[in-house]
Amino acid sequence: MAPPSLATTTSRALARFDAAARGAPGFLRRLVGSAEETLDDVLERLLGERFDDRMSRVPLALGTSGVDPFGLDPQWAKYALSTVAMLHRKYFRSEVHGIENVPTGRLLLVANHSGQVPIDGALIGAAMFMDAEPPRIVRAMVEKWAVSLPFVSLLFTRIGQVVGVPENATRLLAQGEALLVFPEGARGISKTFDQRYKLTEFGLGFMRLAIETDTPIIPVAVVGAEEQYVSFANVDSLAKLFRMPAFPIIPQLLLPGGQLPLPTKYRLWFGEPMRFSGDPDDDDSVIDEKVWLVKQTIQSMLNRGLKERKHIFW
Amino acid sequence: MTDTGGAVLITGICGRLGKHLARVLHRERRVVGVDRRPFLDKPKDVEHAQVDVRRKKLKDVFRAGDIEAVVHLGVMHDPRASAADHHSWNVAGFTKLLEYVGQFQIPKLVVLSSANVYGPQAQNPQFLTEESPLLGGQNFSDIRDLVEVDMLAQSFFWKLPETETVILRPVHILGAVHNAPSNFLRLNPIMTVMGFDPMAQVIQQADVVHALELALRPGIRGIFNVAGPEPVPLSRMVKILDRQRLSVPYSLARIVLRRLWSLRLTTFPPPELDHIRYVCMVDDRRARQVLGFAPRMSLEETVRSVDEGRW
Repeated sequence: MAPPSLATTTSRALARFDAAARGAPGFLRRLVGSAEETLDDVLERLLGERFDDRMSRVPLALGTSGVDPFGLDPQWAKYALSTVAMLHRKYFRSEVHGIENVPTGRLLLVANHSGQVPIDGALIGAAMFMDAEPPRIVRAMVEKWAVSLPFVSLLFTRIGQVVGVPENATRLLAQGEALLVFPEGARGISKTFDQRYKLTEFGLGFMRLAIETDTPIIPVAVVGAEEQYVSFANVDSLAKLFRMPAFPIIPQLLLPGGQLPLPTKYRLWFGEPMRFSGDPDDDDSVIDEKVWLVKQTIQSMLNRGLKERKHIFW
Repeated sequence: MTDTGGAVLITGICGRLGKHLARVLHRERRVVGVDRRPFLDKPKDVEHAQVDVRRKKLKDVFRAGDIEAVVHLGVMHDPRASAADHHSWNVAGFTKLLEYVGQFQIPKLVVLSSANVYGPQAQNPQFLTEESPLLGGQNFSDIRDLVEVDMLAQSFFWKLPETETVILRPVHILGAVHNAPSNFLRLNPIMTVMGFDPMAQVIQQADVVHALELALRPGIRGIFNVAGPEPVPLSRMVKILDRQRLSVPYSLARIVLRRLWSLRLTTFPPPELDHIRYVCMVDDRRARQVLGFAPRMSLEETVRSVDEGRW
């Protein structure tokens, strides 16, 4: 142990300061307290029932400390879900179709990725929690570098997002979770406006995972995200310079208030479960055929969704 | 455990874990200890040879005979000791020990490694299996010799297949022991890194001793990750201990810790900060199924045990 020294005294003094800073402004705590009550009310109105009641029906592998092995904490999820619930119901006024197709138990949600900012993922999560029965908390895989960022890593962990490595995916499915995958990845989300609703190349990993773990695939088509930010071009050299996956040119960002996504109406289409069998370590060409089936299903769901859509904003 | 009359040789018997294991074993089997430190409150029937494992004298202990199992706990992990000392003690010493195990055809070798050999990393899967690469030395070069000890023991699987070699990789051991995780939880306030609260696994020293006991059973061989109660966020442990928590931004924490370390005011080397940022948790299914291990201590008991037996 370190001798009682300058270091210990300093850290004690710091701790005292820390405690004082937390303890002193009582009115602030009351303010936070009342904000929490209002939040509960808002959530209840959006959900049609108490949040805790709904949460209690979510199949989760919580330990005695109230956290699941991956660090998901329902109390944190509440704050995240209340935000996306507002977006889902009020801002984007999403229409949800075919959510009754979603089976219980482990499943892979495979969706098209679009809209420059991954709001599509958040809204699929909201639909699975607010509209599915039993409600589910969708787990997604996050980039490795996001885990090294302070606060971001903590938030992602507590709301059930995990590091994107295959071992985690397999384990989550074994735990009976619903896993969301965007096989297009960054290619899909940063499409320019002229490429809207055209699926880009799909990765093969999700199919190998589904076969290996014998998990049903639910194809999901998201209509409405492509128009939230209109991107005219991608500048590759700038993307490389800033080490970003893409550098889109979005003129609306320059307008006052244009930083917010346009309030398009989202339409989420959940397809029927697809099951695949075979050897998960098969040749790429064999896996590719199966992936193609999923891709075609999503593309035709997109086409139908677009045809039935009367207006982008309502 | 069957009493076959053979002795168990425990290296590093004068450490807290060694003493604990000796007390558990000596009623049922003959226990021979090797440690260069004196064994002060030694039970009467435990034989203790106060020798350095690097010395020839160690061979005499093997010659004296009838050793049926070797439990290697004598790993040095003093962050203040020089790299040369570490290497000569941990690697050269262990190589000698392995040589005698081969020469005297000891049927059982149990090595206490650690889950730290995997190393905390941002891209770690939530639960590391025994097959995961040992990357502990990647960002923390001072523990490379500990990774090497684990690797040396692994090479024994094929070098001497007739010896049943067991490698245990327990998660952070808590208790009266003076290791980094226990010392860390004894801090007041406990320093954490702002914006990080990784899930962590801990195990009580008594449970580690229990796992060692199980590993000594005939027929058990291989590598086992050993974990205690369910994983919890670091902040939950701080709460159980009812300590103050001081969260410091990483960049500041690293600068301060480096300075304190160079002034010899702290026992925590700066790279250990990664342990309170990233996950380094293990999948312990094999230990539960094959070894038959299950922790006996609850999370509360395990975490609170860092305050026991202090003076």
